[in-house]
Amino acid sequence: MPDTQTRTATVRIPTPLRSYTDGQATVEATGTTVSDVLSDLVQQYSDLQSNLYTEDGTLRQFVNIYVNDDDIRYLDGPDTAVEDGDEVSIVPSIAGG
Amino acid sequence: MASHSSSDGAATAAPPRAPDLSTDELQRYSRHLTLPEFGREGQEKLKAASVLLVGAGGLGSPAATYLAAAGVGKIGLVDFDRVEASNLQRQILYGTSDVGRPKLEAARERLTDLNPHVEVETHDVRLTSDNALEIIDQYDIVADGTDNFPTRYLVNDACVMTGTPNVYASIFRFEGQVSVFATDDGPCYRCLYEEPPPPGLVPSCAEGGVLGILPGFIGTLQATEVIKLITGIGTPLIGRLLMVDALDMNFRTLKVQKNDDCPVCSDNPTQTELIDYEAFCGIPSSDSSQNGTDDVSQIPEISVQDLKQRRDNGDAPFLLDVRKPHEADIANIGADQLIPLDELEDRLDEMDAEPGSEVVVHCRSGGRSAKATELLRKKGFDAKNLAGGTLAWSDEVDDSVAKY
Repeated sequence: MPDTQTRTATVRIPTPLRSYTDGQATVEATGTTVSDVLSDLVQQYSDLQSNLYTEDGTLRQFVNIYVNDDDIRYLDGPDTAVEDGDEVSIVPSIAGG
Repeated sequence: MASHSSSDGAATAAPPRAPDLSTDELQRYSRHLTLPEFGREGQEKLKAASVLLVGAGGLGSPAATYLAAAGVGKIGLVDFDRVEASNLQRQILYGTSDVGRPKLEAARERLTDLNPHVEVETHDVRLTSDNALEIIDQYDIVADGTDNFPTRYLVNDACVMTGTPNVYASIFRFEGQVSVFATDDGPCYRCLYEEPPPPGLVPSCAEGGVLGILPGFIGTLQATEVIKLITGIGTPLIGRLLMVDALDMNFRTLKVQKNDDCPVCSDNPTQTELIDYEAFCGIPSSDSSQNGTDDVSQIPEISVQDLKQRRDNGDAPFLLDVRKPHEADIANIGADQLIPLDELEDRLDEMDAEPGSEVVVHCRSGGRSAKATELLRKKGFDAKNLAGGTLAWSDEVDDSVAKY
């Protein structure tokens, strides 16, 4: 399979961000890298943009992105490859007690 | 490194003394003593251990209750709140007759009644950079169940600096997180989240709501990890973040790596002392110096008394409520218009005030409205943040406004 073929990942949306995805807990999004998948997600739900990215377009530091069980900061960051059926999780910090 | 050298009181270390268990205690703990993995040795380790619970609220209530019942020798509690009616939906340490009492007074009574063999130490203070190291250093393990980002970072950093394992739990709406930070070789909270979110972007439980039963089981998961660390049984959540979604009833663990460049827990930390955590989290604070670390601290404010005075003088500014509509159903201070913060940017053309005009913005406690004030000022409004929100209004102007 050529490496550029588009894959579909399941993006897990955490509770604090579900108000921007019409309440959806998971959203299907396509792309070959995490960056592509999140771009597709933000295309579908544009209100997520400012919650995931800073104004200069980098991912916000208090939002961690995981591919399956792994933090992309310890893989290839936004360029981390996504395989068909992978689970991409948005894991924001929460502080309630 | 030096900051890790004093962590001999936790995890798998032998208890410093082997406390005798009385006949009373042997009967009380018999279901532990007959557990093969636990036995008398595990029970004695519990009795020799001390645990500090930071926050005696939603998480601290079940955690303290079960740790006391289990027979942890010394339980410390840090909290400075009084019991409010809105706590009772989830904070099961307290009853209706406790409303208005200091939480720690009520907690001590309840825990001592539950298990008189437990020493309950109360710290009726706000944990700050001035007292955190001294308080935390008195305990083997910390269980962080606070409700705000500045204290989360403070507790983490103080645990790293004193070599005290930090059993972390936090909740929001229907979701919880649990992990174990600041052990000898494991990651810390800063490895997971190096920086806090800007104020207002992540609502607090008070603003966002929380399912009352959620801290009930997240707090008991937290207490479970505490007991595992003390007794050395099982595999603690070191290097793993447990994510719980109560709606789907989905439990997952994600890997948490130790960050080799962590500013606090790496081999070459760039921060070796506690800092001003309110400023770190960008929260405007009357007692933190306005040193301009974040432009959020520069947002103009108006006090509730000043707003009241201006209304009484017939000079009321336009008041915008940026909470959700259901919050206005609970507590209303007579705003001219309501547009929720997350819709504000898209609905600016609906504002009943013109750009250039004075607008006072309020929410529940002042966090979201600070964000909205910043936005409106960028869009040309002469916006001011109502300091303290409806909570301050209820405290200082009109106590018939419900606090939630």
